[in-house]
Amino acid sequence: MEWEPVIGLEIHVQLSTKTKIFSGASTAYGAAPNTQACAIDLGMPGVLPVLNAEAVRMAVKLGLAINADVAGRSVFARKNYFYPDLPKGYQISQYEIPIVGTGHLDIDLEDGTTKRVGVTRAHLEEDAGKSLHEGFEGVSGIDLNRAGTPLVEVVSEPDMRSAAEAVAYMKKLHSLVRYLEICDGNMQEGSFRCDANVSVRPKGQETFGTRAELKNLNSFRFVERAINYEIERQIELIEDGGQVVQETRLYDADKHETRSMRTKEEANDYRYFPDPDLLPLEVDQALIDEVRETMPELPDAKRDRFIDEYGLSAYDAGVLTTSRELADFFESAVQESGGQAKLSANWVMGELSGALNKAGLEITDSPVTPQMLGGMLKRIEDNTISGKIAKDVFEAMWNGEGEADRIIEAKGLKQVTDTGAIEAMIDEVIAANPEQVEQYRGGKDKLMGFFVGQVMKASKGKANPQQVNELLKKKLSE
Amino acid sequence: MSLEPSQVKEIAHLARLAIEEHDIPSYAKNLSEILAFVEQMNAQDTEGVEPMAHPLDMTQRLRPDEVTEPDQRERFQAIAPATEAGLYLVPKVIE
Repeated sequence: MEWEPVIGLEIHVQLSTKTKIFSGASTAYGAAPNTQACAIDLGMPGVLPVLNAEAVRMAVKLGLAINADVAGRSVFARKNYFYPDLPKGYQISQYEIPIVGTGHLDIDLEDGTTKRVGVTRAHLEEDAGKSLHEGFEGVSGIDLNRAGTPLVEVVSEPDMRSAAEAVAYMKKLHSLVRYLEICDGNMQEGSFRCDANVSVRPKGQETFGTRAELKNLNSFRFVERAINYEIERQIELIEDGGQVVQETRLYDADKHETRSMRTKEEANDYRYFPDPDLLPLEVDQALIDEVRETMPELPDAKRDRFIDEYGLSAYDAGVLTTSRELADFFESAVQESGGQAKLSANWVMGELSGALNKAGLEITDSPVTPQMLGGMLKRIEDNTISGKIAKDVFEAMWNGEGEADRIIEAKGLKQVTDTGAIEAMIDEVIAANPEQVEQYRGGKDKLMGFFVGQVMKASKGKANPQQVNELLKKKLSE
Repeated sequence: MSLEPSQVKEIAHLARLAIEEHDIPSYAKNLSEILAFVEQMNAQDTEGVEPMAHPLDMTQRLRPDEVTEPDQRERFQAIAPATEAGLYLVPKVIE
């Protein structure tokens, strides 16, 4: 039987506000335990939460970016459960009326087509603290610095049909929140976390199968692997006559498997009710207009503009717009190079990205600036250096030897375009290889490459390749 | 609607309340009376009435995103039952 996976994602986006969602304690990452946990975060008696305006603004920004309805009233609710990293005994979240309603994201699939994935809703809520189990005998340590950090939970429709689609959706949202500057996107530090609901059904069947919820998916690679593992597990289970149980499963990256978390009897009995400490939140048109003013150009719009304005392929434009920083780098390089868009795209995606990857650096840390790269591209364009020599110049710039012009000058890399000088080298090569000249003239055209190679070698790579070609042809046919 | 003793136990457990077995019948009676009152309200026609999220007819005021809370860990931990290396200690939580 052919099976069809059905996947929906719940993604927690940690908002990059300076303070907590309901208190004025700092959210800076990496502080000493509990130094950023105030009376409100600790759930002390008598404290009252006061909502952070910036968290609301960021949620609205996300809502607008996914074409969702954000106007009007939303309500905060208490989600009740007991766990030591949640001192109040409830998490303040939104339940019946979230701040962001139905929206969508368009994802690009490997076959070049686009698919629209529905977003059911997105709501504001507070994060919990952290429990540390290692290094203690019989007790757990609790750090509440993270307690009260603002999150937006983005819930997708069960619209994805493969692990690859799920990853494409997740990457799209990841890119979007970074463009919007509402989340740093750091998955290792837990700023962008994903839970996946996975089920399978016989292809063609309308109703969904029973789903399992996968947790602990803190990288794109793990999401893909865990979902694929889970799909296989469910299919095998059903084909062997078993049934999928609705449960939460943890992904273990070391063992590459998902395993059941012990299901508690009253799990999911959260007894939501409106939080009496908080009034309904009203998002009015003035706020929406204000947020709209601050909206940057979004990835899809930027990609389309790159195709139109710079004549890039859809693929190149897609790669260059994955992050705002990369796109900005590319655009400055184009400007600095005097409008060399395709050349800039090739160098940014080729040499530069390769060097950054190898050094483990982000585009913002690149030792070669857009000005430096653009300056070098100008010299390729005006034939001062060849593309091949440019690689040496790039390496020198990367190693901190200065701007392209200085390097070309200091190392004598200037391309030889003087016809007389090239002809002299060609004459030498022809004189030194009488046999090959004989064969070439006898019809062995392929030897052209050999001659070009010899001349380039004689010029130490500095001869203009086009001129070498032309002059060689002329000389050899004399 | 009247509550069964098992439901009273479940509610108490969810709220982490320790209750005595002999008190259960009286809790069941009291809680059932509250539910009966709710039933009375349920009889009203609320078609087209927006659910009230809060008795005050106001909307939430917002706070600027500025750090106003200094570190007071020492004072908070002075009243905690157990701490170590800046962490609050609790009975072991097993996943």
